[in-house]
Amino acid sequence: MPRLVRQGRYLTVVPWRGERTAIMFVGLMPAAVYFWYGAHGQLGADPVNVFERWLGLWAVRFLLLGLFVTPLRVMVGSNLLRYRRTFGLLAFWYACMHVATYVVLDQRGDMGVLLQDITHRPFLMLGFAAFLLLLPLAVTSNDWSIRRLGRWWGRLHRFVYIIAVLVAVHFLMAFKTYNMTSISYAGALVLLVLWRGWHMWRRHTTMRMA
Amino acid sequence: ADALRTRPGPFQAGETPTPLTDVTHYNNFYEFGMDKSDPSTYSAAFRPRPWTVTVDGLVSRPRVWDIDDLMAAMPIEERLYRMRCVEAWSMVIPWDGFPLATLLQQAEPLGNARYVAFESVLRPEQMPGQRTGLDSLQWPYVEGLRLDEAMHPLTLLAVGLYGQTLPAQNGAPVRLVVPWKYGFKGIKSIVRIRLVEKMPPTTWNRMNAAEYGFFANVNPDVNHPRWSQASERIIGAGGFFGGGRKKTLMFNGYGEQVAGLYGNMNLRTSY
Repeated sequence: MPRLVRQGRYLTVVPWRGERTAIMFVGLMPAAVYFWYGAHGQLGADPVNVFERWLGLWAVRFLLLGLFVTPLRVMVGSNLLRYRRTFGLLAFWYACMHVATYVVLDQRGDMGVLLQDITHRPFLMLGFAAFLLLLPLAVTSNDWSIRRLGRWWGRLHRFVYIIAVLVAVHFLMAFKTYNMTSISYAGALVLLVLWRGWHMWRRHTTMRMA
Repeated sequence: ADALRTRPGPFQAGETPTPLTDVTHYNNFYEFGMDKSDPSTYSAAFRPRPWTVTVDGLVSRPRVWDIDDLMAAMPIEERLYRMRCVEAWSMVIPWDGFPLATLLQQAEPLGNARYVAFESVLRPEQMPGQRTGLDSLQWPYVEGLRLDEAMHPLTLLAVGLYGQTLPAQNGAPVRLVVPWKYGFKGIKSIVRIRLVEKMPPTTWNRMNAAEYGFFANVNPDVNHPRWSQASERIIGAGGFFGGGRKKTLMFNGYGEQVAGLYGNMNLRTSY
């Protein structure tokens, strides 16, 4: 069970067996609650649209959390690295549900419309491209893959920065006008990507100087 | 909302009306906020009285109408219209109102009048959506119709729905309803109707001309750049597995009445 321990000035959570399963479980609650509401006609006048957007929003939130782990460690010193995979996988599961809702509940599996959408509409092409790029990352999110891929694993997982930019633009385009919500989320995604680029560049130059 | 004296008019759609709660709680009225629930949530401070509607421009008898005089002078009737939003959802709404043509005829349009320009109310103190800086719509909301579209018997000025005066979130006290066009043409809370010679600017077109045309006729063959217009989600059909979707019809199913207005026009370019 989770335990809090005082380490100097700080309260720290002691890692415990099953903590990642617990985070996954809690992380999936927003989807479960909204699905229950939707299935019982409690999601308002346009339930499919509300559910679809809700899942997309949570995918973005977990993507942000995953991207925030390293800056938090560098800047504040708090290390959430052992949860990063769970955040990433949660973003992936939300993306899957978001796409599935769009295909099955929204477009009712109409292949004609779906094909048109992912070949003609930049808004959906961007979203779909981000989803495709997420797939290899999710598939290799396990210890075995990390061992097998070696240094390639890290290179592969840098896709997440491309994904973040694609998602930021897709998210901005999901609204008819620019607004606080769309600008804040997209801005946060882009900021985290920029920070990472700056951080890598700085590390590179300091290493060369040493 | 007060009860309204109304009588059944022509153009009964023969479809099941969308439940009243959905018609009054699922609204696009950005003056009150961007969420569908914002208009019903944040419109309590809105005062639809006193209110005047100015009819002027290229007419021989301009007039500033008091809203109550206007409602007393016009034959108010009920019309069950399909309503198709550009966002690919639809409702069926029992409006109460009178043909715009009746009002325009009283004003006697001059020979050089070609278009009708509509203007909505500007009251940032009562409409929170007009106070936020971070949106790209310009206030007041403006819309327009070609004169023949405005004079068409289907074109309605609605002052009520479901037999009651319009709630604030649906465009109190008077709004436009053009059932063969996308919903955003239906400008709400109108304060001015002006007859003009040139095509007037319209709010959504000004915001993004590639996505929102002046005509905005419902057309399943001309897709929105971001989504298909071939079909529509039926509002108020229940949960996830309720009524679902239906095919979108050309001119929202009013082609028999209005197709003639666009005889030789290319509706792909004039969208």
